[in-house]
Amino acid sequence: MHRILDKDILAPDVVRFWIEGAHIARKRKPGQFVIIRTSEEGERIPLTIADVDRTRGAISIIVQGVGKSTKQLNALNVGDSIHDVAGPLGRATEIHPNSRVCCIGGGIGTAVVYPIACGVKAHHGSVVAIVGGRTKDYVILEEELKAVVDQVIVTTDDGSAGMKGFVTDALKGLLAEGRTFDEVVAVGPLPMMKAVVAVTKPLGIKTTVSLNPVMVDGTGMCGGCRVSVGGDQKFVCVDGPEFDGLQVDFDELSARLRAYHEQEQEALKLYNDQMACHAVPTT
Amino acid sequence: MAKKITQKTKNPMPNQDALERARNFEEVSLGYPVDLAVLEAQRCIQCKNNPCVAGCPVEIDIPKFLLQVGDRDFEGAYKTLMDRNVLPAVCGRVCPQEEQCEVKCTLGVKFEPVAIGRVERFVADYAKLMKFTDDTPPAPPTGHKVAVVGSGPAGLTVAADLAKMGHGVTIFEALHKAGGVLVYGIPEFRLPKAIVEHEIEGLKKIGVEIKTSHVIGQTFTVDELFTELGYEAVFIATGAGLPTFPKIPGINLIGVYSANEYLTRSNLMKAYLFPSGSDTPTIRGKNVAVIGGGNTAMDAVRTSLRLGADNAYLIYRRTRAEMPARHEEIDHAEEEGVKIIMLAAPEAILADERSRVRAIRCIRMELGEPDKSGRRSPVPQKGSEFDIDVDTVVFAIGQGANPLIRSTTPDLPVNKWGNILADDSTGATQKPGVFAGGDIVTGGATVISAMGAGRKAARAIDRYLRNPSADGYSPTDV
Repeated sequence: MHRILDKDILAPDVVRFWIEGAHIARKRKPGQFVIIRTSEEGERIPLTIADVDRTRGAISIIVQGVGKSTKQLNALNVGDSIHDVAGPLGRATEIHPNSRVCCIGGGIGTAVVYPIACGVKAHHGSVVAIVGGRTKDYVILEEELKAVVDQVIVTTDDGSAGMKGFVTDALKGLLAEGRTFDEVVAVGPLPMMKAVVAVTKPLGIKTTVSLNPVMVDGTGMCGGCRVSVGGDQKFVCVDGPEFDGLQVDFDELSARLRAYHEQEQEALKLYNDQMACHAVPTT
Repeated sequence: MAKKITQKTKNPMPNQDALERARNFEEVSLGYPVDLAVLEAQRCIQCKNNPCVAGCPVEIDIPKFLLQVGDRDFEGAYKTLMDRNVLPAVCGRVCPQEEQCEVKCTLGVKFEPVAIGRVERFVADYAKLMKFTDDTPPAPPTGHKVAVVGSGPAGLTVAADLAKMGHGVTIFEALHKAGGVLVYGIPEFRLPKAIVEHEIEGLKKIGVEIKTSHVIGQTFTVDELFTELGYEAVFIATGAGLPTFPKIPGINLIGVYSANEYLTRSNLMKAYLFPSGSDTPTIRGKNVAVIGGGNTAMDAVRTSLRLGADNAYLIYRRTRAEMPARHEEIDHAEEEGVKIIMLAAPEAILADERSRVRAIRCIRMELGEPDKSGRRSPVPQKGSEFDIDVDTVVFAIGQGANPLIRSTTPDLPVNKWGNILADDSTGATQKPGVFAGGDIVTGGATVISAMGAGRKAARAIDRYLRNPSADGYSPTDV
């Protein structure tokens, strides 16, 4: 059992937790993730470790409540415990010292980009962060990034914060200004990552993406998280989660992410109905 | 002092009705009632040279426990089993006795051998019911500490043996539940999880500590188990690893699973209870094809029936005679309605407009010359392709070694397949203090052979702890 030490809400349905896990905090490197279960019946949820606090022996995760399991997790409070936390899992980000990196986070993807940006800075690199959200409310970790990286550009679809447009518009703007990057790291919804690659590929800019497929054990055993990268089969849990974005078959991954769509909706409806019953006593 | 033989054939074990059980996850075999177990045990002629014991990888004193059951001394029989085997309820169910103890049975020369496995299972289940305990006191604490990586059959056996010798033992399990393949792989209907839990509780009672959700190679490396956590020896039993998929079109369509994933969803995660009782979904295919001919393939295809398949196909490239699965499992599958398609192999998986499986395209095979394994190798027949309409495809065609330990333990030699090199008789690897056994050494094998490896390694680890330069590999040998 891992106790929840802190909880704050970063955006609608987006929660940051700090949870006990000294043995995970001591080993974790940027890019790695944990697998969490909230209850005995719970499914195994892979989540990037957004940050660690080694003095407290704690790790932080940032969770977007989308389906039953993530909503159930986000309903937990300080003092509650998380049933199982396994990690750190996956390979660490490959960070090259002194490199110039553009870190792009879309929505919850910023939670994955943030530790990578910190890692690059720790290796004396320079980082421009582009953080996107649908509206102002969905832009997360802007202040945290400002404290670490060289420049932060915010984009929103409606212009309610930062520049109006997509993260790719900001990236194109930087490139048009003549800014050069050794690497672009892009994490967010698949269409966003695909759009970033559409910008960087013709220019031959190294582009790293972090993938979040359907996963079960997270240790290489089941192969459920397999993706095609440059025509080769890779398991995200042990070969990733970061891959060469120019080589990833996003369309295939996008289809695979919909594998359980109907079941997920069914579980969510049941959960919402149960919550509604608790909230409103029937007469 | 041979007894007069009263019965030439094994007493049959009652099963759930085939068509009924094919739709539930309850155990298939119901086990012997008391009188039938006694009758079966009395078939043992107590021959002089005990060939059955030599056939048992963990060397159970089989004639002794059969004699005790015959005399209705069930508690004594339980102690005889526990003396050599910490998982009797598991082994009585999943051991291939027909290739091990029973194949050597003297009675079997002329008649059917004694149904040793069925009697073993009876004793273990009866002991659980009557709450018999193995009250042999463990040896006094030695102060030594051993880490066991993996809680499957090999890990559980080594842990139990070492704990009984007085050593401190911690098992590190990557998943959230202990038991390894016994909980994620073998289905409820063949091995109820309550039985595995009961046997693991027994281990905890003798002092074995189990840490779940600890992924060795990630949470701690093998070296850190020594340097940071102070273990003096490490036994690696991480089991089978990464699943293998054939390189054919359509392998990443929705509805294509490895047997590991298909079975893990159903067994460990209880996806058959989704959405109330489990939050893990699985695809409940109406027409399911499972590729392979081993026990894992049988488990997967029989699971598909229980998840509601109307048609469950088992596709195998050789014939029934070459299938590596236990014959009993193949029989059970057929009784339940599995359709076996022999001499066929998949060529492609075909998609619908939503990237879901629509059909599997197979090609007919013929058996050619025997290959290195002595089995006749299948040869594809040109132009013989045919399609089967399916919505789910499960591959149970073997697996490669998991990379997590070898990639973080560079001084641990492995073979070209990534399996750890370990001494057959001791489990010792070329890294001092590190031992290994089970599927991570042998590649996919059986529960009992993994337990046998654990048994041998426990003895070697005990010797190593008492005198680290005594045997096994030492740095000077390398």
